[in-house]
Amino acid sequence: MNRRRIGYGILLALMLVAPTVVYPVLVMKVLCFALFACAFNLLIGYTGLLSFGHAVFLGTAGYVAGHSIKVWGFPPELGLVCAALAAAALGWVIGSLAIRRSGIYFAMITLALAQMMYFVFLQVPFTGGEDGLQGVPRGKLLGFIDLADDFNLYYFVLAIFVFGFWLIHRTIHSPFGQVLKAIRENEARAISLGYDVAKYKLLAFVLSAGLAGLAGATKTLVFRFATLTDAHWHTSGEVVLMTLLGGMGTVFGPVVGAATIVTLQNELADKVGSLVTVIMGAIFVVCVLAFRRGIVGELGALYKKMTGAR
Amino acid sequence: MTEIFGVPIQALYGQLMLGLVNGSFYAVLSLGLAVIFGMLNIINFAHGAMYMTGAMLTWVGLEYLGIGYWWMLVLAPIAVGLIGIAIERLMLQWLYKLDHLYGLLLTFGLALMIEGLFRDLYGVAGQPYSIPEMLSGAFNLGFMFLPKYRAWIIVASLAVCFVTWFMIEKTRLGAYLRAATENPQLTQAFGINVPLMVMLTYGFGVGLAAFAGVLAAPATQISPLMGSNLIIVVFAVVVVGGMGSILGSIVTGLGLGVIEGLTKVFYPEASSTVVFVIMAIVLLVRPAGLFGKEK
Repeated sequence: MNRRRIGYGILLALMLVAPTVVYPVLVMKVLCFALFACAFNLLIGYTGLLSFGHAVFLGTAGYVAGHSIKVWGFPPELGLVCAALAAAALGWVIGSLAIRRSGIYFAMITLALAQMMYFVFLQVPFTGGEDGLQGVPRGKLLGFIDLADDFNLYYFVLAIFVFGFWLIHRTIHSPFGQVLKAIRENEARAISLGYDVAKYKLLAFVLSAGLAGLAGATKTLVFRFATLTDAHWHTSGEVVLMTLLGGMGTVFGPVVGAATIVTLQNELADKVGSLVTVIMGAIFVVCVLAFRRGIVGELGALYKKMTGAR
Repeated sequence: MTEIFGVPIQALYGQLMLGLVNGSFYAVLSLGLAVIFGMLNIINFAHGAMYMTGAMLTWVGLEYLGIGYWWMLVLAPIAVGLIGIAIERLMLQWLYKLDHLYGLLLTFGLALMIEGLFRDLYGVAGQPYSIPEMLSGAFNLGFMFLPKYRAWIIVASLAVCFVTWFMIEKTRLGAYLRAATENPQLTQAFGINVPLMVMLTYGFGVGLAAFAGVLAAPATQISPLMGSNLIIVVFAVVVVGGMGSILGSIVTGLGLGVIEGLTKVFYPEASSTVVFVIMAIVLLVRPAGLFGKEK
């Protein structure tokens, strides 16, 4: 247990110095997507629900944060809270519809409802349609910390990420999280033990949607705009890929997956152009066929094998 | 001119017709999804990409090889069906024992790859394809002009749906198929080659999608993105109809297409979302879908 704590300490220290070595905006992008993927993993990895429309929460929160900060003049912290709450509320609506079916249908329903919201965002005036919501000011945190400075913003984003990560970590290891895992392993059994499975699923969905929203709102703050891309099904697919590649149902998997995919996209974007989609698709195929435990899952299995053999 | 609720009746008929055309595509695609799901327990996310491939091949065939529409109507589904068979043999067959979600993820990856490849080759701009001479022009029905090609889409789609229904419900091969869907082990024990049937089913299912793609080629802009937007609507259609019955898929597909067409007339802003709204309502009222069975 102690060793794990030291591990977390080292990781945190690395993240604190990261922006002095790497371009801070890139690290912030990684952190946003890592939080998004962690929130998604709470559903797929710990509750066994595949939401194929999770980008809708990222996108919605991005728009709400952008609109409330830019048009209503909210301070950034309030904008983020509003955005996360809006995403959670939407999560409640979509979640209560989607949990009426399970398995493959759950995935199709979340995808369809997310696509519906995409068309809504395309048409309503406040989102700016295909141009997106541009020129969102970063503002001053608590009225005195200027977030226009990349370094200040970086530590704020890091704090948000650590908060989200901690919350998910707590959830997984709480009695509530144990029930979620029980549902994933054997739903019928959880029902027969007297748990109101629908309520647990819905709560997990709302929590995941809210945290995905927090990630989306933070992303808007970092890039100063909210776009339709964030709500597109491509983004929903990306978060699935990040979690799958990193390792579903592992604590660090989504973080590793998000870092890999974001860096990869960053590196490849100007080299191969539209072939990026082909590469993403190929990673999907390889992961599903040969690599289902993901990077972290495979490493964990390897570690167990080595210590077991010794 | 006659009007209904302030809408000219000609426009209403026109949109109804377009609704039926879209509904035919929904019907053929959701039918293919249902057939594949019944046999493989996989939701084929690549279905939209296969539809797009059918349309792209039609265009490529004429543009580069000089092969006309009628030939492609046969060749494209066969080509895509063969691609499907290769995919099933090389990849999908390893997933049957796993959670169904992996099938969805794998086919999603394939869809991205196929779409990305065509985008890289031909860009995202839509390509035009002219209607074959035999089907250009329109019928004068007295109360409206019916473009011949639209009528052809509806007739051809319904014919294909009927043939599929007949094959599955009324032939010996269909009986094997239904038996294998119900209980693969037992069917295998009776000496029927189930893996072969699974392979052919996937090939047939994606072939259906490609057939719809060829039908769509002269009616829409052929672009690498045409499949992915359609497939999400088809998923909603599948959720509404349930995948239990073939007739259910056809009725739901056509019905939702018509409703979408009517929405375009009376409240155009909602035309892109109406299918999803109906899906949400159906989930509230009848979670198993209109023709689905509660498990």
